Amino acid sequence: MALSAEESGRLAALLGGHAERVTQRWTEIVAGSLRGRLSQAELRRQVQDLHSAIVATGEHGAIDLSAESAAELRAALSDLSRGRARQGFSATETAISVFALKDVLAGLVEEAGGDNALRDYIAFSRLIDEMGLFTFESFVRTRESLIADQAEQLLELSTPVVKLWEGVVAVPLVGTLDSARAQVVMERLLQTLVDTGSPYAIIDITGVPAVDTQVAQHILKTVVAARLMGADCIISGIRPQIAQTIVALGIEFGDIATKASLADALRHVLRLNGVETARRQPRRDV
Amino acid sequence: MTAGIDLGHPQAQAIRSDEDVVRVRQLVRGVAVAVKLSLVDQTKVVTAASELARNTLVYGGGGTVEVATVDNGRRRGVRIVFADSGPGIPDLDLAFTDGYTTGGGLGLGLSGARRLVDEFEIETSPETGTRITVTKWSR
Ligand SMILES: Nc1ncnc2c1ncn2[C@@H]1O[C@H](COP(=O)(O)OP(=O)(O)OP(=O)(O)O)[C@@H](O)[C@H]1O
Ligand SMILES: [Mg+2]
Repeated sequence: MALSAEESGRLAALLGGHAERVTQRWTEIVAGSLRGRLSQAELRRQVQDLHSAIVATGEHGAIDLSAESAAELRAALSDLSRGRARQGFSATETAISVFALKDVLAGLVEEAGGDNALRDYIAFSRLIDEMGLFTFESFVRTRESLIADQAEQLLELSTPVVKLWEGVVAVPLVGTLDSARAQVVMERLLQTLVDTGSPYAIIDITGVPAVDTQVAQHILKTVVAARLMGADCIISGIRPQIAQTIVALGIEFGDIATKASLADALRHVLRLNGVETARRQPRRDV
Repeated sequence: MTAGIDLGHPQAQAIRSDEDVVRVRQLVRGVAVAVKLSLVDQTKVVTAASELARNTLVYGGGGTVEVATVDNGRRRGVRIVFADSGPGIPDLDLAFTDGYTTGGGLGLGLSGARRLVDEFEIETSPETGTRITVTKWSR
């Protein structure tokens, strides 16, 4: 798929010889496709970077996008796609920025004429196709890692450990408790227990739609780990349908205290500590 | 096969990742709501599906699930078929023993899932893998 040394030389000469015109025209075409969502100056700089990378690589000899000698060109393409992916452009919009060079080259090759014109144009096009695909792929990779990052942030956000009372922390679990989430929850809870020196932790599962053996196992492991650190866990938010399902599954929470609601769990802890709560106090009219 | 007329097309889903297990749960919940299962029965069948889907993934090396509505003239229900072409289960009695696990689990998934549904059929062999059909009827 690589260009021969002669073809590369001719491409470099063609692009290098008309540097101003090429970057000008190239920028115009791309600007049209992006409809003003990127500043002209920024776009121009990107196009110039690509342009000089192609010229520099071509002057060095045969352009082979996968070879060591094309490292600079690949870096320029990756920079372009990373930037575009972060700025929220689509993969197509990004690839067009590369494919636009074909239009520019068509004019130049025609103008230059010569016996090789058609063959050269076909060879150049093939290189640009390859560059476009490379851009597309690195765009997708960047998007994927962006999505993974966001998922991780969401994970952190969605598992807050709150201090409910002096000596009592709570983790309200919401949604699916998969292994990755469970790991985060466990670490967060244990860290908070250390930071606050709390002897009690309440794990509230009101927001968990189904408690299967995996969820149960994660909870049990967390409770055991908390115990090793000297803290007692209470599981709260066990709704009737979850309770019946847990029983049918055969899951046993052993001697772990379980409560229907977070309020019940807190009341339970306070009572253990000799704090009288409102519910148990006799009403007195003033 | 158990009696029951299939209504409409079963919805199929591949089980290749943890995310797919979540999708299976959502799919089953959707159908369970559509056939008007009670909240308790919805939760039971979703939980059973979660167990069997995870077994398909972990022990069967991945597979497929089909979720369909069934109607036996008196009641409607949800029928789910899990299929993998994994190693099969060599000793069913053992596998259905509460607490038996070869994967460090609680060993309750298979036996628990059977208790959570109304009908449970299993075919397994080293040649064909494992195929489990469960049905939960509305009351
Ligand atoms: N689809 C399958 N293919 C092959 N082996 C299976 C399959 N499903 C279950 N098994 C075997 O049966 C055993 C018991 O399964 P079961 O679901 O009851 O427990 P577990 O998956 O090990 O733990 P848990 O489900 O409680 O987290 C498994 O450990 C595994 O050896
Ligand atoms: Mg299991």
